[in-house]
Amino acid sequence: MLDVFASGFSGLIAGFLHLSMPNIIMIVIGGILLFLGIKKDFEPLLLVPIGFGCILVNIPLADLMEPGGFLRTIYEAGIMTELFPLLIFVGIGAMTDFEPVLENPITFLLGAAGQFGIFLTLALALALGFKELEAVSIGIIGACDGPTAIYVTSQYAPHLLGAVSVAAYSYMSLVPLIQPPIMRALTTEKERTTVMKAHKKTVSPTTKLLFPLVITILGGLIAPKGLPLLGTIMLGNLMRESGAVERLTKASQNEIANVVTLLLGISIGATMDGRVFLQPQTLIVLCLGFIAICLDTACGVFLGKVLYVFTGGKVNPLIGAAGISAFPMSARVVMREGQKYNKKNYLLMHAMGANAGGQIGSVIAAAVMLSVLKGMGII
Amino acid sequence: MDKFTFGMTMLVVGMGGTLLTLGVMSAIMTVLKKVFPYKAESNSENKS
Repeated sequence: MLDVFASGFSGLIAGFLHLSMPNIIMIVIGGILLFLGIKKDFEPLLLVPIGFGCILVNIPLADLMEPGGFLRTIYEAGIMTELFPLLIFVGIGAMTDFEPVLENPITFLLGAAGQFGIFLTLALALALGFKELEAVSIGIIGACDGPTAIYVTSQYAPHLLGAVSVAAYSYMSLVPLIQPPIMRALTTEKERTTVMKAHKKTVSPTTKLLFPLVITILGGLIAPKGLPLLGTIMLGNLMRESGAVERLTKASQNEIANVVTLLLGISIGATMDGRVFLQPQTLIVLCLGFIAICLDTACGVFLGKVLYVFTGGKVNPLIGAAGISAFPMSARVVMREGQKYNKKNYLLMHAMGANAGGQIGSVIAAAVMLSVLKGMGII
Repeated sequence: MDKFTFGMTMLVVGMGGTLLTLGVMSAIMTVLKKVFPYKAESNSENKS
C-alpha cells in the first residue's frame, strides 16, 4: 500500500525531478519575451504567444512537442505545411495600401537595396561554416519579414526555425533602436535636412487593381518557387483594392490574421526547447540576423545617397533606410529622424513608398533566392 | 559545388535577380500609371 502511495506521489514530483538547467534558462527567456511583449510593447501579438509557447515546451514530461502532443499537432499542421506564413501573407496583403510605392515607382529600387543584407549575410554565414541551406535560412532574417523567414526556414533548415524566427521578430521590433544610428552615421546633416516635395495623387483605381495581378504574374514567371509567398500577399491586396469582397478582406485583416498569428506564435515558441535551442549556433544566428538588418539599412541609405546625387538633391537619403519589410515602423523611424533635423520635413509618405517597396522586395528576394536554388539543383 | 561558388552565385544572381525584377516591376507600374491616368478615370467617374 505504502509503495503505491509512494509511486503515486512520485508522479507529482516527476516534473520537478526532470527539470534541467536548459529548461530553466528557456523558461526565463520565455518570461523575458513576455515582458518585452507585454510591458515594452515590442511586437506583443507575436512575442506573447512565442514567449508562452517557449515556457510550455520547456516544462518536462508534458510531451507537448511529441507526436500527438497539441503543440506538435499545430506545428505540423501550420508550419511544416507552410500554411501559417502564407495565411498571414493574405492578411498582410489585405492590410497594406501600396499606393505610396505606386505614386513613385522608383522607390521599388529602394525596396531592392534593402534586401542586400540577405545575400551578404548568407555569404557571411557560409564563411562561418554553415551549410548552404542553413546559410539561406539565416540570410533570410535580413528580409526583416517574419512570415518569409518562417516559410523559408521551415522548409530548408527546420532545426534553426526557433532561432531564425525569434531573431526576425525581435529585430523587427527593435528597428527604432537599430536604424537611427546607422542612418546618422552614413548621411551628412545637409542630406538629412533635404525636403522632399509632397506627392500629388496620381494613381488611378485601375492601376491599383492591376498592380497585384501584374506583380503576381510577372513575379511568378521570374521566380515560380516563391509564388506561394507572392501570390498570397497579392491575393489579399487584390481583395482589398477590388472592394468586391469586403467580407473576405475584413476576415483576412482581422479574424484570419489574428487566429493564425496566435497559432504561428505558439508553434514558434514550441521550437524553443532548451535542449535544442541553447547552443552556440543559436547565438551566432542571432548575431548574423542583427548584422543582416544593419546591412539592409546601410545599403538602403547608400542607394538613397545615389538617388540624392542623381536627382540633384531632391531625394532625402534617409528614406532608403525604409526599404525593408518592417511596415510601417521603418517609415515612421525615417519620418522621426528627418524631423529631428528639419521640423518642416514630412518624409512619411515618401518613406512609406520605400517601405511598401521593401515589403514587396523582401518577398521577391525570397522568391528569387528559392528559384536560384532550384535552378542550381540544391532544392 | 564549393561554398565560395555557391555564395557568389547567390550574391550575384540572387541580388541581381531581385534588383532586375523590382526594376522591371517599377517600369511596368510607371507605364500602367501612364495608360490609366488618375484624372482621366476620375473624370469619367464624375460623368457617370
